[in-house]
Amino acid sequence: MLPNRSGHFGPFGGRFVPETLMPALHELEEAYRRLKRDSAFRKELNWYLREYAGRPTPLYPAKRLSEALGGHLKIYLKREDLLHTGAHKINNTLGQVLLAKRMGKRRIIAETGAGQHGVATATAAALLGLECVVYMGAKDTVRQAMNVFRMELLGAKVVPVYSGTQTLKDAINEAIRDWVTNVETTFYVIGSVVGPHPYPMMVRDFQSVIGRETRRQILKLEGRLPDMVIACVGGGSNAMGMFYPFVRDQVVKLVGVEAAGEGLDSDKHSATLSVGEPGVLHGMMTYLLQDKVGQIKGAHSIAPGLDYPGVGPEHAFLKEVGRADYVAVDDEEALSAFRLLSETEGIIPALESAHAVAYIVKIADRLPKGSIVVVNLSGRGDKDVAAVKEYLDSRSEK
Amino acid sequence: MNKTSGAQKVRKAIETANQEGRAALIPYICAWDPDIETTRGLLWALAEAGASVVELGFPFSDPLADGPTIQAATQRALRHQPSLEAYLEFVASLYDEGYPLPIVIMGYYNPFYRYGLKRFVEEAQAAGLCGAIIPDLPLEEARPWLRESKRRGLASIMLAAPTTPPERLRRIAEASTGFLYYVSVAGITGARDRLPEDLVLRLDLAREVSPVPVAVGFGIAKPEQVRMLAPHAEAIVVGSALVKIVEKEGRKSPRTIKNFLQNLVSAAERR
Repeated sequence: MLPNRSGHFGPFGGRFVPETLMPALHELEEAYRRLKRDSAFRKELNWYLREYAGRPTPLYPAKRLSEALGGHLKIYLKREDLLHTGAHKINNTLGQVLLAKRMGKRRIIAETGAGQHGVATATAAALLGLECVVYMGAKDTVRQAMNVFRMELLGAKVVPVYSGTQTLKDAINEAIRDWVTNVETTFYVIGSVVGPHPYPMMVRDFQSVIGRETRRQILKLEGRLPDMVIACVGGGSNAMGMFYPFVRDQVVKLVGVEAAGEGLDSDKHSATLSVGEPGVLHGMMTYLLQDKVGQIKGAHSIAPGLDYPGVGPEHAFLKEVGRADYVAVDDEEALSAFRLLSETEGIIPALESAHAVAYIVKIADRLPKGSIVVVNLSGRGDKDVAAVKEYLDSRSEK
Repeated sequence: MNKTSGAQKVRKAIETANQEGRAALIPYICAWDPDIETTRGLLWALAEAGASVVELGFPFSDPLADGPTIQAATQRALRHQPSLEAYLEFVASLYDEGYPLPIVIMGYYNPFYRYGLKRFVEEAQAAGLCGAIIPDLPLEEARPWLRESKRRGLASIMLAAPTTPPERLRRIAEASTGFLYYVSVAGITGARDRLPEDLVLRLDLAREVSPVPVAVGFGIAKPEQVRMLAPHAEAIVVGSALVKIVEKEGRKSPRTIKNFLQNLVSAAERR
């Protein structure tokens, strides 16, 4: 069972944080291990997931998409986009905020990039009546002004972060600084399978509901396991949640799709596992986008949620041992997939999820007839419609 | 090869100050802020003002234990695209000039990891660097680093915090060489008006269990604070207060820094 007791997945993971936080991480780990086995806690979480968030989500056979790609595949979409707040993020925030409440913490903090995790955290905090502060890169607060307003509507305070690149990685730094300062009263809700142990494990566990449902649903629908499961990877929480229940099923090929942005040789991408190198950031040993000296580089993707120069340590491990493959598709491929899915299925995917769709578009021809493929549709695209329009307009002007 | 080790030099510098009846002063500045020649001038000014050991920061893109003052210094320094190689060359050049104080590097783990721990400690020893403080490397993750740094006699200065339970504090102190860095408050670096009321008590407890000298740092900026803490710690670290002067005065800061630190050094006398 991974991680091991010290929070390592092979050489990855761990707890590279200031000493002030170590006792808090021990406390959190202990509380989590206890509540994980507590049937009342699990029952409460499941109740909220069902009655509030809208689980289980459908595993939908995308027939017209399959036809458009040659008709030889059975492509299923795991519809996390149908959840409350529009993405898988709520699975995790409900779990962590419930945990915070059980631990007697009064104040919730979170980081957010595009704002999806911030909104999901503010939602859970409003639902459970806790104070909520969200750190967001100053540049992102401008790019994602609507999400800032959403969080404020939900009663959260949004703090713009002006340091460093003024994006997600700096928002995480600032959230950690807040946590170091207010560690007694505050619970830090991390939005992905990243950060110091026990976060990568805990977020994976909360997101694993995706893979567990999928496994049960596909067995019922097809009587067998899928040949391939595809999910996009930024920090990697939707992918880890989807992969984890299939890790022991060696027949199921696991594919994580990173953002190649404007190209892997362009320096404007977020393909951490594809071209990054191991190092330490945000409390974990993992693959990072960094320069030769070890300074962390900025990341880029048309999908704001993939825009992160690190990746969950368990993904680094799955890559290292060869259990999962990590590939990258670029902005253009993601955009075409965004349109294709909208036109063939009437589903506008989040730009993040469009990367996963783009990969099946890319390799459909190479897969044998009758292959069953599950694509994790981690979020819906309403949030991206304006940005996509702007992008397409600016391109047609050129 | 087997001359006095870096860790011994650091410890001895602190003990010398203590024997002279004061707590040792350990100033922090960030290398390359605003440029490396100013850093050189600042280091000499700190030596002339009576510092015992110098903490010389290596800038990192994501300084998550630091407050706004040191973050800003880091940003200024990063414009020069510093490398650890250049850092060690700089340290070696200072010792060629006869620089009198032990220098320890303060830096986040990733650049060291990327450089290679073994390569770093070998070259650090050759350059005359005396030790390292790595704020995002807690005891549990420090084993590879401790093994390499001890092999080369570098001071591996570990941090303890107000949240650290007593038994853990003892283990951290025992793993430390040179000195133990006791973080005064739960929080990030930066000058503060007030220090926690129980700090003195907690320092006394830390000194009871620590086999190495205890330095207290984070938030210390004023002579009154130094005066209050001097009897309760072997050494006192001052960082952001100095960095603020560098921010304001840039290349002209060494003179002001010297006066500022002299005041703190005299406040550190245990009367």
